[in-house]
Amino acid sequence: MDERISVQSVTGVDLTLNIAGPGNRSYAFLIDWHVRLLLGGAWLIIAAYALKLSLSARSHDALLSLLPAAIVYFLYHPILEVTMRGRTPGKRMAGIRIVNRNGGTPSTAALLIRNLFRLIDSLPTLYVIGLVTCFLTANRVRIGDMAAGTLLVVDDAAAGESLIRLEALAGSHLPLDTLELADQILERWPTLGSDSRRSIAGSLLRHLERGGDAAGLAKLSEAELRARLQALLDARGPPASG
Amino acid sequence: MRAWIIGRAAKWRGLVQSVATLRLQRHATLEQALNAVESYRGLARDLATARRLVPNSRTTAALESLYAQLHALISRKPRGATAGLLDLLRTDIPQAAHELRARIAGMALLMSISAGAGGWLITTLPTLIGLFAAEPMIARVEQGHLWTEGILNITPSSVMSVGILANNIVVSVLAFCAGIFFGLGTFYLVALNGLMLGAIFAFVHQHGLAAALFTFIIAHGPVELSVICVAGATGVALGESIIRPTLGTRRDSFQACTHRVAPLLLLCAALLVGCGFIEGFVSPDPRFPLISRIVIGVSYWTVMVILMSGGLFRRSAPDSNSLAET
Repeated sequence: MDERISVQSVTGVDLTLNIAGPGNRSYAFLIDWHVRLLLGGAWLIIAAYALKLSLSARSHDALLSLLPAAIVYFLYHPILEVTMRGRTPGKRMAGIRIVNRNGGTPSTAALLIRNLFRLIDSLPTLYVIGLVTCFLTANRVRIGDMAAGTLLVVDDAAAGESLIRLEALAGSHLPLDTLELADQILERWPTLGSDSRRSIAGSLLRHLERGGDAAGLAKLSEAELRARLQALLDARGPPASG
Repeated sequence: MRAWIIGRAAKWRGLVQSVATLRLQRHATLEQALNAVESYRGLARDLATARRLVPNSRTTAALESLYAQLHALISRKPRGATAGLLDLLRTDIPQAAHELRARIAGMALLMSISAGAGGWLITTLPTLIGLFAAEPMIARVEQGHLWTEGILNITPSSVMSVGILANNIVVSVLAFCAGIFFGLGTFYLVALNGLMLGAIFAFVHQHGLAAALFTFIIAHGPVELSVICVAGATGVALGESIIRPTLGTRRDSFQACTHRVAPLLLLCAALLVGCGFIEGFVSPDPRFPLISRIVIGVSYWTVMVILMSGGLFRRSAPDSNSLAET
């Protein structure tokens, strides 16, 4: 199944959107679910202990104690998606956003319709219908997205960062593909495991420093490997071809 | 190629920063908007070049991402809450109501027939009331009291209103969304509501409480039941859009239909908020005489009909004399 779609734009240069799959969706949903649960729960604790309100559904206090918590929990998605134009804290952390089928920002009506259909997508429990629909449909959409004409796409915030760094790295003598690779390894360094760091950085350095001492590289610490990679990126020299 | 990338890097860095700023802003100035459009054109050219020169590079992927973000930014609609609301009330809701009028009548007929069936069922087999009502409610009616009597002593009106309106809105939204199951889910919900209504009325009638139940529901019932029929009609339209698509694909037809009929559902939700308050504050309060309840019920129903017809916010027609003078 193709995970990318092309959308025509007015410039004549098609837009390529990376579709967010069920994994990204579930990750974002879980973060949002925790956020709204924590917010609602925090309000209940404040209401019960700080404001001394009753939590009984049959008391006058219920409007001040239970109602705000219920509003936070049930209206979290529609309110935040409308105000944040297709994003929520969970979606932001998962690196995804909602767009319409033309790649644009969805309208308020579309976002509200999308959220109405959560009633169906969440049936019979744990969003089973929504998840199954995501797996079966071409653009990995749930019923709410079909009704609203929306898509969930990958919103790569790190891509901008790499463009910003590109200017700083432009003077390096390394070819562009190697430069990008080294930059990407350094960017992902904190998330890589110790073995991966040593093997990937060692392999790249052996390739770049032809005739380099492989045994010597193996003895270097992770910090030293990182410093060697950084030094390669910073090294100024005659422009490489390609 | 390398020289080209180095030459463009500073511009792209500036663009990344301005896109990040614009994404956080609720409003953009005219200058910012024009700059964004100009940058969009420039970025499209750069992206086309990058796709050709360095097709699978990280730089191209980053430019793709930036292009998508800028595309979303410049295509977002301006916010206009008041104008949008007026359009909704003047155009969208009346159009949807007009389009669905036959289906609304059909849903009202289905509910009436179901209510008749429920009434007949309980009149014929009274023991089946256990299928429609809870045991404490049945026991209370058998003792000669409606379950609504003295309810304000247990739950405050305000709390009761919120609970009722939330429940009613969920039922209406479900009647709409259940249309996805080829309309069958909506038919089931509307028929079930009618069946329960008829059964409960027949049951209280057997115990001489039909007039008391009528007094209870007449203030909020007309709009509440009408709204269920309207929501049902929107659900049936959804189902029909899938069974008999009017556009190229079922998905397009379903999406277009949802957008067309959803404004009516928004009106339904707003009306149910009013119903909730009437049901919480007026219906259970014995101080309101029957006539005032009838006036409230009929007036509110009239407001609903006027809103659905678009009469309340209709634009005044231009004066023909003043047009002739100009």
